[in-house]
Amino acid sequence: MNNIEYVVRVSEVTKSFNLGKIMVHALRGVNLEIATGNYISIMGPSGSGKSTLFNMIGGLDKPSSGRVYIDEVDIAQLDAYELAWLRCRKIGYIFQTFNLIQVMNALENVTLPMTFAGETSSAAMDKGMDLLKLVGLSDRHSHKPNELSGGQQQRVAVARALANDPSIILADEPTGNLDLTTGEEIIALLKRLSRERNVTVISATHDFKMLNVSDQVVWIRDGLVDKVENRDELSISVGQIGARSESETA
Amino acid sequence: MKKTNTAQGNGIAPDKAQRLLVLPFRKSLEISFKSIQARFFRSLITTTTLVLAISFFSFVMVGTNAANGLLSTGEREYRQALVKSGYDLEPDQVTVGSSPKQRWIAILSLLVCVVGIVNAHLMAVTERFREIGTMKCLGALDRFVMRLFILEAGMQGLAGSLVGALAGAFFALASFGLRFGSPALTHLNWGDILGSVGMAVGGGILLSLLGVMYPAWIASRMQPVEAMRVEH
Ligand SMILES: Nc1ncnc2c1ncn2[C@@H]1O[C@H](COP(=O)(O)OP(=O)(O)O)[C@@H](O)[C@H]1O
Ligand SMILES: [Mg+2]
Repeated sequence: MNNIEYVVRVSEVTKSFNLGKIMVHALRGVNLEIATGNYISIMGPSGSGKSTLFNMIGGLDKPSSGRVYIDEVDIAQLDAYELAWLRCRKIGYIFQTFNLIQVMNALENVTLPMTFAGETSSAAMDKGMDLLKLVGLSDRHSHKPNELSGGQQQRVAVARALANDPSIILADEPTGNLDLTTGEEIIALLKRLSRERNVTVISATHDFKMLNVSDQVVWIRDGLVDKVENRDELSISVGQIGARSESETA
Repeated sequence: MKKTNTAQGNGIAPDKAQRLLVLPFRKSLEISFKSIQARFFRSLITTTTLVLAISFFSFVMVGTNAANGLLSTGEREYRQALVKSGYDLEPDQVTVGSSPKQRWIAILSLLVCVVGIVNAHLMAVTERFREIGTMKCLGALDRFVMRLFILEAGMQGLAGSLVGALAGAFFALASFGLRFGSPALTHLNWGDILGSVGMAVGGGILLSLLGVMYPAWIASRMQPVEAMRVEH
């Protein structure tokens, strides 16, 4: 284990939500190790705890118990400033609802994290344009989010997530609000970026289109890791799922 | 590659100098200005209460300045005209103040205005949870968010109270001119009037900032996980 660099390590993480009368146990002891540069899919049905796990890994929420390590640092040990720094420099987030800042155009959205990181305005602009070119939107740099299609907005979000060269990109249902083709384009884009830039992509999803590109799939069910499959073991389940989704659409 | 389990000496928590998170003032100003622009109609309504309250305040103040200008001429007929039009003037009095009634109305309208501003900003905060949460995910510190809201309110306050103060002064002088004829306007002490307008503008900005403090604090404490909320 000491030979492999884990960019994310999740140890015995539980998360419960107290809803007054009842406790919802969203995560019930998750263990997970994610190696650098891989494309990981966290798969599971709706309500299985994917988003909750995503929030834990991203330092957006605190576990009820257990530990989350990023680059072997226990993020519970970080103060508010260090956590913000982690979010700014180490992790790029991609959301189901795109979450571009509505009052800013595409380029301004991409440069915002660089501004936070102390980049000068002109350097940020240059890099922002490069990133927009990378996602194929350099001609739309002055468009506001509401002037862009869903797929285009998500591309801007991908560019923004890459702004400070993070080592991890976290995506929660990145294709959830996109149609089939656009979703496939975003998946292909994420896959290309993970390969070209050696970024670890972790995406929570119940979109089976993700399976084809994943190096590793973590199956989650009822707040527990059901099984972890590597790429080579996947073909069997993909076959099953292919059959299943075909029968669903028929 | 080596592994360390402390916060020091690795990529996540380097020493302070590298661990920089900033939002330059110019950039904050730019973002706040855009936010106002993008929600122009909403901003206009928020600002309108301030315009009204400040214009009344300025109207009262400048009206008093004008009456004092007239009194300072020492001419008996102006004095009588002022008394006739409702100013309480004792025989030996050489200056007038605003009436207690006017002061009460002015104070009340300013209070109502602050409550309105607080309410409008609180609504804006709940509406903008996703924007705020997203900024936090991108690395914004609490104080960046706070600063953005304060700057927005400051700009609204400046614009609203400038308009209000000038409008109030204009109507005060116009009504004075109508009542006492053109000589009333030739004896004005412009220094005093400028002072009153300045006070109204300053007061308006202050009220606007006062009104945004609590909402801005709420906004700044919003958690990044808010950005994840998906409505069904
Ligand atoms: N903030 C919350 N408050 C209460 N319950 C929550 C909250 N977030 C998630 N849950 C519950 O936790 C479980 C897992 O949710 P989630 O992680 O969003 O699942 P998924 O993303 O896989 O659809 C669900 O039962 C959900 O209702
Ligand atoms: Mg989810």
